[in-house]
Order: sequence, then structure tokens, then C-alpha cells
Amino acid sequence: MGVLVSTTINGDAVEFACEPTETLLDVLRNRIGLIGTKEGCGTGDCGSCSVQVDGRLVCSCLVLGVEAEGREIETVEGMADGATLHPLQVKFIEHAALQCGICTPGFLIAAKALLEKNPDPSEEEIRFGLAGNLCRCTGYDKIVRAVQDAAKVMRGA
Amino acid sequence: MPLDASYTGKDFKSVGTRPLRPDGIDKVTGRAKYGADHNLPGQLVALVLRSPHAHAKIKKIDTSKAEKLSGVKAVLTAADLPDLTHGDQGMFDILDNCMARTKVFYDGHAVAAVAAVDMATAKAALKLIKVDYEVLPHVTEVDEAVKPSAPVLHANCFTEGVEPKPKKASNIAKVTEFGHGDVEAGFAEADFVIERNFKTEQTHQGYIEPHACVASVSPDGTGELWVCTQGHFVYRNHCAMLLGMDVSKLRVTSSEIGGGFGGKTHVWVEPVALALSRKANRPVKIVMTRDEVFRASGPTSATSIDVKIGIKKDGTITAGKAELRYASGPYLTMWAELGAMTSFACYDLKNVKTKGYEVLVNRPKSAAYRAPSAPMAAFAVESVIDELAKKIGKDPLEVRIQNAAKQGTRSSYGPIYGPIGIGPTLEAAKKHPHMNAPLGKNQGRGYACGFWFNFGGQTCTDINVGPDGSVTLTVGTVDVGGSRASLALCVAEELGIPYSQVKCLVADTGTLGHNDMTDGSRGTFSSSMAGIFAARNTIEELKERAAKMWEIPVEDVTWENGQAKAQGSNYGNLAPLSLKEIAAAAGNTGGPVAGHAEIVADGAGVSFATHICDIELDAETGRSRIVRYTVIQDAGKAVHPTYVEGQYQGGAAQGIGWALNEEYIYGKDGRLQNAGFLDYRIPVCSDLPMIDTQILEIPNPNHPYGVRGVGETSIVPPIAAIANALSNASGVRMTHVPMSPPRVLKALEAAKKG
Repeated sequence: MGVLVSTTINGDAVEFACEPTETLLDVLRNRIGLIGTKEGCGTGDCGSCSVQVDGRLVCSCLVLGVEAEGREIETVEGMADGATLHPLQVKFIEHAALQCGICTPGFLIAAKALLEKNPDPSEEEIRFGLAGNLCRCTGYDKIVRAVQDAAKVMRGA
Repeated sequence: MPLDASYTGKDFKSVGTRPLRPDGIDKVTGRAKYGADHNLPGQLVALVLRSPHAHAKIKKIDTSKAEKLSGVKAVLTAADLPDLTHGDQGMFDILDNCMARTKVFYDGHAVAAVAAVDMATAKAALKLIKVDYEVLPHVTEVDEAVKPSAPVLHANCFTEGVEPKPKKASNIAKVTEFGHGDVEAGFAEADFVIERNFKTEQTHQGYIEPHACVASVSPDGTGELWVCTQGHFVYRNHCAMLLGMDVSKLRVTSSEIGGGFGGKTHVWVEPVALALSRKANRPVKIVMTRDEVFRASGPTSATSIDVKIGIKKDGTITAGKAELRYASGPYLTMWAELGAMTSFACYDLKNVKTKGYEVLVNRPKSAAYRAPSAPMAAFAVESVIDELAKKIGKDPLEVRIQNAAKQGTRSSYGPIYGPIGIGPTLEAAKKHPHMNAPLGKNQGRGYACGFWFNFGGQTCTDINVGPDGSVTLTVGTVDVGGSRASLALCVAEELGIPYSQVKCLVADTGTLGHNDMTDGSRGTFSSSMAGIFAARNTIEELKERAAKMWEIPVEDVTWENGQAKAQGSNYGNLAPLSLKEIAAAAGNTGGPVAGHAEIVADGAGVSFATHICDIELDAETGRSRIVRYTVIQDAGKAVHPTYVEGQYQGGAAQGIGWALNEEYIYGKDGRLQNAGFLDYRIPVCSDLPMIDTQILEIPNPNHPYGVRGVGETSIVPPIAAIANALSNASGVRMTHVPMSPPRVLKALEAAKKG
């Protein structure tokens, strides 16, 4: 009948029951209703399902739902502060860093994790920091520029 | 006036600006709903059983055990999808591709499907279906498939386009020819002739969102389908035909689309989901896995192309000839035909001849991929042109300028060109700072040109003016990369109101008349044309209402800057009426104010580009890296320049992946060996440099604002530009794509040995 799991998602205490074989991605999408996290491959190759677990960037398709027990999960739905968008969200729209937008939640989470570790990354550090996320529309140019610009805003520069 | 598409050359206020896109916030906050994000109460999940064989007869399918499994609500085979195509071979092929009937034609071909209460049950049920196959010899390589000794896929395939009709069945489904002049006489005039074979491997569009849909068919025969698609009206028409439903009774809603690039123009699982829903009397959701997307959607053709070009010492190209074999998958497509049409489209040639062969192979049915077929043909032609320029000791860019097509040129595929951008893109390349930037060690620079037709097609739009004067623009072309912003800009421009006053929506199939797909770079071209016509229609109505409010003849009312004005000395005291004021009074002047347009958007302006590429080669490993890249392309008019740049950059990046990395790898057993993003590696962020863009604007005379399509041409030059750059970096001419490290290393070693 599933395993009962207590966790924190985007700052809220959440309890859910899931099968021991279910991925965190499936739990988020199918049991919690957080559809912002996307599945592009299910094998950890595309980064569309990127979330943070205790601040660490992971592919939620490679994490089991039961592993969320006692952890803090952050998804794209938790990035904005109410109606105030996160600087990365603002800059992604301003720079047209998305076309179809399916990879965007994953890129935003990966970029957020990158900037938390390295607030002033070089272009090369951004490119390698985001190399686990696939985008097929943009050629990455505008994504890199959006992250550079957001980093500048976040540093207060 | 409402339906006059002529270019007006006006000064733009909205068009050409760069406002934020209307769907931006939804897409950065996770609110936007894509194919897999929709669910219905009582929904079942479905899975498809796929053939492990490249070619086999289906002797028997036993579904009895699966049907008995608790939680299974429907099991489906081809027997549940009777042939209702009435001799329409194209539709029959779609049906056969959705669910194999007598034979499977590729690894991944669907043979059965189950709908169950949950994923675990559906997976268990698939394992209980027993298919008895008689395995047949297969052929997956295009040059093998044309040999007389090759296994023939269809015993009734006699090459079309050949007189007299062949007596023997073969895998060459169709032959098409284009050109003019006398190529043999042209070659006789040449000082140098180069003839060479080029090969490109099969690639996938690689959209990040797998195909997904939710189907719900009611016992009264009506149905609803939620699906990620480039063309929900076409999906509706195809599904309705295959299932024997009235078109009007199937309502299709297009979700946000997570990339398509041509790959979401064909139905695969959608008719299956509808048929399962009909059988189970429950909504059914199907989401393809990435493995299924690679094995069983519609990648582009692998090709083998023979090109022969002659040149005089002064740089004049005297003749061009190409024979193009495109792998079609198991069913007839038109990809070799498009390759044959586009091969020499950049040049003004006296003598040109191209011949395309649609070749059937045991691979998935090829689908469109961004400027379908043009990149491979351009790779072959642009490589030979570079080589010939070297032979005569001229700058390859100058040779291209010398031979470029211009207004009045008879194109290699027939039509006479109007104003076109090939010459201007080449001249812009010549002046671009990139051309004079110093090259580093082991680096080389190359360039190439590209062409795409662009398409117009059937288009239908509505404009509704709200009581507060805000405007809803309803379109039927799916927004694949920002077109809701560009279409709202055009309608704001025509109405003379701010962009923020116009909201653009993509309608479901029950709300608008038929619209063709978002393909052929037609989204912004065609829907802006229909949107402008609908706006003109709305303005006529607004003028009528203003005339009523003023109680003056409508002939005395004009529309300027979003306001009705009374013309004439008698009306000196009448203050202009804004759209908002007219809208507020609509209830007393004739009801809601609306405009609409239903058109075939003819006159899509052809599109040209020139790309410049710098590459660095590591001769020890064969690995190469793009260090600088510039795209120069004619947009006609860039409605939203930021998203035009995005199209240029995205196409270039896909072309770079195609050139250097991406390929379908089939084993001797005919099975795909790299059906995943780990082994089919598309470019990642650290593989690419910034991609510079330069937008040229040579107005399309057949669009009120001069717009041409911009989405596809950018993928055409990269393979050739990279091959030319690599040749300059290494001295080795690569003729087989992708130019992956092992292939480059082999070529370098062969060159060393002489």
C-alpha cells in the first residue's frame, strides 16, 4: 500500500504515500501535482527534471520518492517569492532564453544551484555548469546571457 | 484592401520591437501545460508493444492473457483499427505505421497496445502479449536498399515517376527530376569538374518533450484529444479519418509544445489512444518514452548524394548535377524530391539537373526535420563549390557571389525568383568582422549558403474586441517558439493600438476553421497575414460603428492610430473615437465587434542564409570544436527580432550537432543501438560558443509587412560550413557526416598514408 513519506517541498511540509519503486519525479508530477518539473528522458540524460534536494542539484528521475524522507525539495514552482519572480526567471524572459520552454524549469533550477555555489561564474563555468541540461531550441546563447545577467543582479552589481 | 497582401512599406511602431512574450511567466514558473501535463478523471494509462525485429511477418498475436489481467481495460491490435482509408495510400501508410497490420517494417514498429489502471499493470500486460513473428531479411542502409539483391519491403512497390513502369518491385518508391539547360554541354565547357559522393547519417529532431496525449471518446461517438503537436487541425482530420469519426465530432486541443522541428507533424500514438479510449470507455493517456521517440517517431533521412559540378577558370559555374538517394523508412515520402529541388537553389545556373530517389528501408518512417532534406543536399553542393574555388585559386566566397541567384533568376527547381537575399547575405558575410578575425593554431574557417522555400497554406484567424477595448487574437497555428508575441505585434500594428492591448491565443479545433500545421516556417508568416486581414476587417466594422455613433456616412470615417476620425470640414467639432470608446458603445451600435480572415497564405518568400564557422581540430583525437559561429539570414521583416535571432541560433546549433555528433547507429540485426540522449548526443551548453546573428530585411513583396518565414533556413548551411572549415583546418575533405572523432581520425590517417 506504499510507503508513507514526510518531506518539505518548496518550504511546505508535505506527506505522501508512494510505492518503493516510484521516482521522485513521478511523485512530484503524479501525486503532488507539481507538473512544472518535466520528464524528457527518464534516464538522467536531459536534466529537464532537475530539482534540488537539500540544496544539491539532482535529476528527480534518478531519485526515488522514498528518498525524499526528511529532506528539503525545491522545484521550479518554489523559485518565485509570491508574485515576485526570481532574478533568473526575470532574465530568462527578458533575454528570450526560452523558445518552447520545456527545458526551462530544469535550466532555472540548475542555474540557481550553480549561482548558489558560484555567484560570479565565467562564461565557461556557466557552460559547464549547465552541461547536464539539454535545450534543443536556443543553441544556449541566450540562456548563457540570461544567467550572466541574473548573476549580476543577484550580486547587486 | 482587406485581402490585398502587397507589401506596403510602412513605418512600423510595434513590428520590429522586442516586447516580453505573453507566455513567458507561465513557462518560467512551471504553470504552462505541455502534452504530458494534462489528466482527466478516470484516466487509464496506455503502453504500446513494439517490434524487436527490423522486418518480419506477423503470423499471430495472442492477447488473451493480457486481457484477463486484473486492471487491464482494453487491448488493441490492428484488428481494432479497420482500414477506412478508401484507397488513399498516404493515409493507409499512416494507419499501418500507427499499428502494424501484416508485417513489421522496423525495430520499434507498433504491434499492440494496452490501456490499464496504472503503469505497473500496463507494463505487466505488455509482457503477456505473445506475437508470433516470421523474421524476414532486412535492409537499413540506403545504398544497400537500392541494389537489385536487396530484400524488398513491399511486393507492390513499382517505382513511380519512371516510364515504362518497372516490371519488378523494388525499394525505390519514386523518382523525381528537376532542372533546365544541358548539363553535359555545361561540363564540356568547364575547365574543372569535380564529382563526388557524400553521405549523411540519420538524425533525430531531438525535441526534449516526448510525444504525449490524452484521448477521451464518449459512447455517443464524440471525442476529445489533448496533444502536443505542430498542427492540431491536421491531427484531427487524420485521426477522424482513421477512426471513422466526423471531423466536427473530434475536438483537438494543442498543448504547449516542447519542441517539434517537424517531428510533431505526424500522428503515431494519437489514433491508438483514441481507439483504446473508445474500446475502454475511459480517457486514455499515452506518453512515449525517450526510447520510443528515437525508435518509433519520425527522424530525418539518411542520404547518399552524388554531386558533379563544372567551373571555368574565371569562376563561372557551367553546370551542376546531383543524384540524391534519401532513406524514406518503410513508406513513400517526399524527402528526396525536396532534396533535389533545393540542391542548387542558391545559384544562377545555365545548366542544372537533379534527380531524387525515395528509398524504402527498414527504419522508422522519415518525417520532416527543419528545412527537410535541404541540409544534406547543401552539404554536398557547398562542399564541391569550395573545392572547385580552391582549384581555380579563387576565394570561395567570391565564387559564390559571382554565381549567386538574383531577382529574375530561373531557380534550379523551376520558378523565377523575385527579390531574394542570397547575394546580400554573401556581401554581408564579406564585410562581417568575423571574416577578418585572426585564426588560432589548428583552426580553420569555412562558409556555406543555404536555401529554404518557406510555406503559406490554409490559415484562419479571429479578432474579438472586448467591451473594454482589449483585443483577443485567436489563431490556429501552434506557437512553437514565440509566435503569440509576433502575431500580437502585427495585429497591434494594423489596429494602431499598443501591443499590451492585444492577447493572442491558440484556439482548439472546435473554435476556428481549419489551419495547416506550423511547418514550412509558416507560423508567423501566414497567421500574421491572416491576422492583418482580420484587423482590417475589424477596422471596417469599427468605422461603421463610429459612423453610427456620429450619425454620419461611413465613407466620411477614417482609421488612424487606433482611432476613428471624421473627415471633412462639416465634422470639425467631432473628437476622434478610440477603439475603447467604440467598444464600450458596441451594445448600442450592433453588438460585439469582431473581424476574421480565412485565407490560403500564398506568396511565402524564399529564404537564404550564409554562415561563417571557425573550427579547431585536435588532430590527436579527431575531435573538433566550434570556436566562433555567425549566421546571416534574410528575414524579410523581423517582427520580433529577439525571437528571429533565437531561430537563427537554434537552427545553427542543430546543424552543428548533425555535422559533428549525431547519428542513428543500427546493428547488423537491424536494431537501433543508441536510442537515448546518452548515446545519441545532441550539443550541450559546453559544446558551443555564442552564436552571432545578423538579420537582413529584404521585404517579401507578397506580405503586407514584408515578412518571410525564418525558422528553418538556419539549419541548412551548418553541415557544409563545418565541413569546409574542417577542410581548411586539416587539409582533409570530409564526405561522410557526422564528422565524429573516429571518422575524422580515420580520414587524417588515410591522408597521412597518402
